[in-house]
Amino acid sequence: MKKFNKFVSVALASAMVLSMAGCGSDASQSGSSSDAFKIGGIGPTTGGAAAYGLAVQNAAQLAVDEINAAGGVNGYKFELNFQDDELDAEKSVNAYNTLKDWGAQIILGSVTSGCCIAVTDKTKEDNMFQLTPSGSAVACTQYDNNFRVCFSDPAQGAASAQYIGENGLASKVAIIYDSSDTYSTGIYESFVSGAASQSFEIVSEEAFTADSKTDFSVQLQKAQDAGADLIFLPIYYQEASLILTQANGMGYAPKFFGVDGMDGILTGVDNFDKSLAEGVMLLTPFAADATDDMTVKFVAAYQEKFGEIPNQFAADSYDAIYAIKAAIEKSGVKPSDSVSDICEGLKGAFVEISIDGLTGEGIVWDATGEPNKAPKAVIIENGAYKAM
Amino acid sequence: MSFLKYLISGISLGSVYALIALGYTMVYGIAKMLNFAHGDVIMIGAFTTYTICSTLGLPPVIGVLAAVILCTFLGMGIERVAYKPLRKAASPLAVLITAIGVSYLLQNIALLIFGANTKAFASVVSFPALELADGSITVSGETIVTILSCIVIMICLMLFIHKTKAGQAMLAVSEDKGAAQLMGINVNGTIALTFAIGSALAAIAGVLLCSAYPSLNPYTGSMPGIKAFVAAVFGGIGSIPGAFIGGILLGIIEIFAKAYISSQVADAIVFAVLIIVLLIKPTGILGRNVQEKV
Repeated sequence: MKKFNKFVSVALASAMVLSMAGCGSDASQSGSSSDAFKIGGIGPTTGGAAAYGLAVQNAAQLAVDEINAAGGVNGYKFELNFQDDELDAEKSVNAYNTLKDWGAQIILGSVTSGCCIAVTDKTKEDNMFQLTPSGSAVACTQYDNNFRVCFSDPAQGAASAQYIGENGLASKVAIIYDSSDTYSTGIYESFVSGAASQSFEIVSEEAFTADSKTDFSVQLQKAQDAGADLIFLPIYYQEASLILTQANGMGYAPKFFGVDGMDGILTGVDNFDKSLAEGVMLLTPFAADATDDMTVKFVAAYQEKFGEIPNQFAADSYDAIYAIKAAIEKSGVKPSDSVSDICEGLKGAFVEISIDGLTGEGIVWDATGEPNKAPKAVIIENGAYKAM
Repeated sequence: MSFLKYLISGISLGSVYALIALGYTMVYGIAKMLNFAHGDVIMIGAFTTYTICSTLGLPPVIGVLAAVILCTFLGMGIERVAYKPLRKAASPLAVLITAIGVSYLLQNIALLIFGANTKAFASVVSFPALELADGSITVSGETIVTILSCIVIMICLMLFIHKTKAGQAMLAVSEDKGAAQLMGINVNGTIALTFAIGSALAAIAGVLLCSAYPSLNPYTGSMPGIKAFVAAVFGGIGSIPGAFIGGILLGIIEIFAKAYISSQVADAIVFAVLIIVLLIKPTGILGRNVQEKV
């Protein structure tokens, strides 16, 4: 028994020494970082959604390297540490804790909505600034320290209305939406309110529900009778593929306009006749084949470094890092400030900055964390997306 | 003009319900059980045809035949394994619960084999669409074939039941199992035959459902299955012409409710009509109380 006690006390003592050593190294780490802003990135870099997480990680690294090579921000460098959350909300919170131990001062992420919402509770507790490139659920920006680069789910409706109106795509618009789905209904409502200030007229608003989504003949017939030249489809691609098939069968060929749920129409339905999707337009923040200088330069740099064409997540992430840079320049915060002071500084600066990014020109934010930017869209031509 | 278009949409949707309802009503009429897995047998039939025609590239006739054969054996297998042992169970609920279990089993097996991705079903119907009133109204080839199939199947079933020995045995079993057995009828064999015919009809219904509405995934059969069950009750469950009339009416009511009242509450209206009909005529439109069950 005595021997055991001795063993325990030695073990405890060594544990204490080790933990103190831990404290020491932490202190020295935060001490050495006073010349760099530490950005902690969170996203799925393994598993089913790895394509999203890796795109965000790669593009963020690209932006950080560019900024550092150009002399940093206000003379300070950026340091990026990206942690995997495997698309799991709990692991996302663990990743956040790991980053906090590392000394993160700003959080980039999470990449996906569910994980992002879980992390917002933690960043709110610590008052750490959090910018998600791609978390689109409304709750991803539920606190005042949360901002995002992408449009929120319902905001896609208003953005679509703006795009259709400003580009004169149609004069009479019909809508077919899923009234049993929050995502679809949210976009539908924001489309209708956004359309009020646009030049086109909504001539037909028809719904379907999860229980009756095989026959769309009535909805299409009403759109046709009302003379709609464009049908807005704030729905997922599975139902959209049926609508396209049935419209084709009726000999009705309006323009079709979708949002991100439409992304997948070319690949998500096995054996789907892709020629039916020709001319379908969808709202997307980024098209890799756009010809503006910034996109061309970004795509070339990304491809050279990572060997693939960047997707919209990469573009959101790249803009996120430049937005953080702009906000730091505006607020004048320093890496030696406390996490909370940096957060307050960035929060104040974010509503004042305006950046020209890959996902839009003149992007500005409001205090709720939502971006305001000109929407972009792609059109399907020859079975592939093409910038409009 | 748009009224006629809606009417035709209603008939094409209704003809699919009717075809599914025929299988439902057949099994209920003889075996006195609700086979809730019927909708999923439909889905298996459609997947069989999809695999043979779209994946292997064989002609549609082979695809349809293979689906009919596979579903016939599947139906008999389900009956033998899941329903027959429970036929003498104290509560008729036992076999109903088992049917729900079989339904989920089939969905999950399909999910495992074919994945959750929706598949675009290539129509097996090469019948030309019928154009009326100078082309302003089109009746698709699928609709014509579905209605013709319904009528042919309905007539064949009635002839089979009333003119053949096996059919008479079915009637006898539906009247009174015990008495039928005493008269020397093989009750188990007769019920197995009923399931075989019902499931073969399900295969045809699946192929035509997916030809008309070309979207196939493991849950494709469940909602049309439930609607067809409603159609069968509506027309008078157990009655073969009743299933046909119930199906067509249900389709028309659903489309008219969407077109003239509201596309959001169409389903609620359909079921409200069902409640009213059943309040006025509890056995359904063509349902008779005791006399003839099939």
